[in-house]
Amino acid sequence: MNLLQTFRVAIWALWRNKLRSFLTTLGVIIGVAAVIAVVAIGAGARANVEQSFTAMGTNLLVVMSGSTTAGGVRGGFGSQPTLTSDDLQAIQGEVSSVRMAAPLLRVNASLASDDQNWTTQVSGTTSEYFELRDWPIASGLSFTSSDIDGQTKVVILGRTVADKLYGAGADPTGQSLRIHDVPFEIIGVLGAKGQSSTGQDYDDVAFVPVSTFRSKIQGGLGNLLAGVIFVQATSNEAVGAAQSSVAALLRDRHHLEVGADDDFSIRNLVEVAHAQEQGTQTLTTLLSAIAAVSLLVGGIGIMNIMLVSVTERTREIGLRMAVGAEPQHILGQFLVEAFTLSCLGGALGVVLGIGVAARLASHFGWPVLISPQIVVIAVLFSALVGMGFGLYPAHKASRLDPIVALRYE
Amino acid sequence: MAHASIPAISLTGLIKNYSVGDLSLPVLKGISLEIEEGEFVAIMGASGSGKSTLMNIIGCLDRPSAGRYLLAGHDVSRSSRKELARTRNQLLGFVFQSFNLLARTSAIENVALPLVYSGVGSRERVARARAALERVGLAERMNHSPNQLSGGQQQRVAIARALVNRPKIILADEPTGNLDSQMSLEIMALFQELGRSGITLVLVTHEPDIATYASRVVLLKDGRVASDGRQPQAWAQAQAQAPAPERGVSP
Repeated sequence: MNLLQTFRVAIWALWRNKLRSFLTTLGVIIGVAAVIAVVAIGAGARANVEQSFTAMGTNLLVVMSGSTTAGGVRGGFGSQPTLTSDDLQAIQGEVSSVRMAAPLLRVNASLASDDQNWTTQVSGTTSEYFELRDWPIASGLSFTSSDIDGQTKVVILGRTVADKLYGAGADPTGQSLRIHDVPFEIIGVLGAKGQSSTGQDYDDVAFVPVSTFRSKIQGGLGNLLAGVIFVQATSNEAVGAAQSSVAALLRDRHHLEVGADDDFSIRNLVEVAHAQEQGTQTLTTLLSAIAAVSLLVGGIGIMNIMLVSVTERTREIGLRMAVGAEPQHILGQFLVEAFTLSCLGGALGVVLGIGVAARLASHFGWPVLISPQIVVIAVLFSALVGMGFGLYPAHKASRLDPIVALRYE
Repeated sequence: MAHASIPAISLTGLIKNYSVGDLSLPVLKGISLEIEEGEFVAIMGASGSGKSTLMNIIGCLDRPSAGRYLLAGHDVSRSSRKELARTRNQLLGFVFQSFNLLARTSAIENVALPLVYSGVGSRERVARARAALERVGLAERMNHSPNQLSGGQQQRVAIARALVNRPKIILADEPTGNLDSQMSLEIMALFQELGRSGITLVLVTHEPDIATYASRVVLLKDGRVASDGRQPQAWAQAQAQAPAPERGVSP
């Protein structure tokens, strides 16, 4: 009697008890489905976080002006501009671990086309900003150096603003609009970037050259920058070095004595991303562990039912032995039954798990990420659980005395 | 017959003790018996006479404590469990009082079961199982499951299962115990027919009527052979005067 026949006998025995076979596998089905769904949802959530941080730009530092204290009231970061255009030049030119830097000055302003108006955030920046945010211009051109130096009245619109002023999908490049009643020429429209992890619309924005911003939109600060400086490090590994180099440079330039507080602050966006990612990772690991326990419980369920099955089928076992089944045949039959049950349960669990993951992912608007490794691991583990927990009942069955088994009532 | 010189079953000084706690309880106290190939033997005896134990040993389901058992010339008294299983599969066929068919399983699959364990391919299994069912007159019902068959039909399926692997010996343990008299007659007629075809039949019963179908009756008493007669008709008539034997399951 070969393995194939053992499988046939086992599957046939399971088929004779369809309902019970199904109920037996239920524990494994749920266990495997839970593992796959939880891991897929975790991966989806992580991808979602990653996506929103990638949308923000990679390897970024944000340098903000420091806080001030006036009459005992401590202002928040940026309440007192301390960064200057020269600081920006120095960061760009003197720190080797910095790939590029760009200023970002912001104010809310009303934009008016010929027949529409829209209030949005108008930002003054340079063309480097689009590069370090990895934000391509969908149509038209970016700022040229003469725009930056010459206070040209040109504007680049975010997708949302273009939609609101000129209709969905319109390309208003070449037209003009007014910001604070000053006419600007639209030289480009940015590609859609979507939402930030906090739901803020990245595309609801308009950009003008930083020099134009300071002369036409918000002036009066001289050389000081009333905003932040985005800094991109040369690589992921260089982010830390860039952060300390920029801090040292600024301290030196601002003539801060040793022990004095920084009059600026640097936010490391990579760290924020890591922290968020780690949070999701921890949660996924925890939930996976719980799911794995349920898989184990499913295995114990198989053992219980197999034990009941051995008792219930004592006469069958006796008869099989009487007509020539060797102990190893009986052992093989019950082992294969347990194995088949857990494999079937694993397969059904995979289907169910993928279904649940897909449903939940579409509900939360995450990508569906079913990792093939997890599917393989879950099925292998359930098969192993089946074999492991099937071993005892199968051994018990194979040790039965045929005489006693035949007479068993 | 080619091997007429070698007895189908040869028992010499067979002893079986069961240990109950520290006690050793003798059940068979030295049985010597030879059954030739093609004989139809009935083993009779009261409850506790040891006939079931003897049957289990002859059927290679149990091993003797002492003594020798030659089955078709091979000593099986010291065989391992695995060897005994092979012997049962190749040389023996069983018919039980309670049929012992697999529930929710068609007649033909029940009959083919022993062939599964002798490694016969599936096509040949079906062919041989069908042939065995034809031999017991149940060819039309081969796809019925046991609960769709009468008791007599179920026992025929069991007989077909005993025949399917062409055994040397068929052992029947109270085969008519669960059947009414009409069905018992049919089953015994079938056994007689098998006996005429040259197969060795050993039948355990406590019913004298049933024993009359055999050509030889061995009576056990307290673990010994009390009588061994080849004129069953006369013997049965003598027994008929004795108190009726109890119906029930032997220990």
